[in-house]
Amino acid sequence: MDWSTTIATTVAALLTLAVFSFLYKDNPFYKFAEHLMVGVSAGYWVIILWYTVVIPKMWQPLEAGKWYYIFPILLGILMWARLNRKWSWVSRYPLAFYIGVSTGVAIPLEMKAKIIEQLNGSVDLVTYMHSSQATGMGILNNVLILIGIMAALVYFFFSKAHTGATGGIAKFGIGVLMVGFGASFGFTVMARISLLIERLQFLLFEWLKWG
Amino acid sequence: MKLAEKMFAIDRRWVYLALGLAVLISLKIPFSIPIPISKEARNIYNFIDTLKAGDAVHLAIDYDPSTLAELHPMTLSILKQCFEKKIKVVVTALHQNGPAMAAAALDTAAARHAARSGEQMKNGVDYVFLGYKPYPALIILGMGQNYRIPFPTDYFNVPIDSLPMMKHIQNYDDVKAILNVSGTSATDYWISYGNGRYKVPLAIGVTGVMATDYYPYWQTGQIFGILGGLKGAAEYETLVGTPGKAVQGMKVQMVAHLIIIVFIIIGNIGYFAQRKKREQSA
Amino acid sequence: MKRQLPLIIIFVCGIFMVFQYFIPHENSEFIYEFAALDWPPIIGVFALTLGIISLVRVSAAKISKRDEDWQYSIVTLIGLAMMIIAGLPWFGGQTSPAVKWQFDFIMRPIIATIFSLLSFFIASAAYRAFRARSVLASILLISAVIVMIRFMPLGPFTDIVSRTADWVLNVPNLAAKRAIIIGVGLGIISTALKVVLGVERSYLGRD
Repeated sequence: MDWSTTIATTVAALLTLAVFSFLYKDNPFYKFAEHLMVGVSAGYWVIILWYTVVIPKMWQPLEAGKWYYIFPILLGILMWARLNRKWSWVSRYPLAFYIGVSTGVAIPLEMKAKIIEQLNGSVDLVTYMHSSQATGMGILNNVLILIGIMAALVYFFFSKAHTGATGGIAKFGIGVLMVGFGASFGFTVMARISLLIERLQFLLFEWLKWG
Repeated sequence: MKLAEKMFAIDRRWVYLALGLAVLISLKIPFSIPIPISKEARNIYNFIDTLKAGDAVHLAIDYDPSTLAELHPMTLSILKQCFEKKIKVVVTALHQNGPAMAAAALDTAAARHAARSGEQMKNGVDYVFLGYKPYPALIILGMGQNYRIPFPTDYFNVPIDSLPMMKHIQNYDDVKAILNVSGTSATDYWISYGNGRYKVPLAIGVTGVMATDYYPYWQTGQIFGILGGLKGAAEYETLVGTPGKAVQGMKVQMVAHLIIIVFIIIGNIGYFAQRKKREQSA
Repeated sequence: MKRQLPLIIIFVCGIFMVFQYFIPHENSEFIYEFAALDWPPIIGVFALTLGIISLVRVSAAKISKRDEDWQYSIVTLIGLAMMIIAGLPWFGGQTSPAVKWQFDFIMRPIIATIFSLLSFFIASAAYRAFRARSVLASILLISAVIVMIRFMPLGPFTDIVSRTADWVLNVPNLAAKRAIIIGVGLGIISTALKVVLGVERSYLGRD
């Protein structure tokens, strides 16, 4: 490994150790690394926005004579009215355009992906029970899934008090949700440990060259 | 009783130390654990495996360094499989901290492929890196109409019409599938907007934190495969025959999980001992 | 002007997008591609730079007022300047070696390590808070432990544990997450409708 790579890896390793030092307690090394990261990330964002939006989506179209690109640019400039308290209301126009477009597009598509398709999938579970490939275990599982979905939905339904039979079903629903949250927790442990493993792989094998 | 009470009050820093040492030591000790392959991962592998040379897929790299540990091995393994099968890859990076990392992943995968086969993968011919644009939801919709709407040029500011590979690729109709490796809500947008509106087959590689949330979409067929966290990454490394950081990480995962389970047990023993004591004194 | 016009813009854009989905006519397709999908990233640049401007403002104010830990704000501004200078066209723009260097050896290790701290916190949280206090808490605990041990070689129990974990993920977990997805979906749609129809206006702020 040449000296420039060694220096670079050492800088990265020292910054890694500076962040780890937070585990003992908050200290100047951690604060330094944290603030440096905020600055560098913001700088990176400036660069990315400049080269991926300003140049190809604003500058080059205007240069090519597509004058109508002036409209989104002017709308965008109105966003900066936020910086002045008196004129900040002007920024509502571009905001309204963006919110209108993004909420409008969400209505049919979220309806399809999150509700219709999910209900379709649930109906498929019932269809399976009547199919020739259905096994006893498969049918039992599908019945459990359907009951689980219903019960959990009842728990989310707040227009009726959770008492009596509704209360019982809602309670079962919480149980189902708890299994789901437990599974998420199990996976989350794996996710968090993965991040630590990668950092130690870096320190041990890339920086210290052990093994 | 005193021991049980002590168990209840271990300083958090001892927990940290135990975990840190467990990970460190198990990384150094040479041993391995079997990596059984799940149906969710095998489906993705089989899908790519049945594609013909010259077919194209879209690899959406939507993560940043915070989730790189779990997701980078997936990206590299998928790229390896695509390069070996001569499948063209359209790559995007819709996380603002992601483009440099995605570009580096492409370089690494291309260099490894060259070292293995002596064959140089060329940008613009074998793969295209389109880079980043803000607001993933609308960008995903835009690419569904035509890649040229959000991306008139690629990451290197080359007009995409001048790239040989993009000549026959207009929108999602021209890619066989979208493989979304993600640590963000972009996955939801790919499901609702990419698959939902344009009906393009979609598979996902996500962080462990997210994985369990997508099983309902897997049952409905909105996604045809899931790689969940480091385990999913290790499965894919095994499938493509290049065990790497993820496979190495799984043995460490086992030890770290055992340590955490031991702490959960200790915490519960302490809790029950204390509750019993409280009941006795009441 | 201050309130009515933005509400009208939202209504028109929102309704247009809904209709465009159901009736993708040639003309509506043109507006959809030309304005709705092409403009937001351009407008977005100006919105996103507001965050960076305010970061500079806050840091500069902290330094000039000598607030607590003001020295670190200098670090932030130096980091910002270093990256921007490295990305100037003369040095090669976003693909310049200096940008790549700062990304690989400053941003990447710090971000990755900050998030890796969570591994210690989750271990500590598991020890201190993961208690079988009640039936529901026990269900949570058992489900988590089954998922946690699913990839461990446990001799004769390996197969049964892995199959149980698969069952947890594909049966009760699927039911729970589907209920949540449907709930979230209904929430998104009702909020979106409220926004488009002008019932929900909090995002406009006060006059």
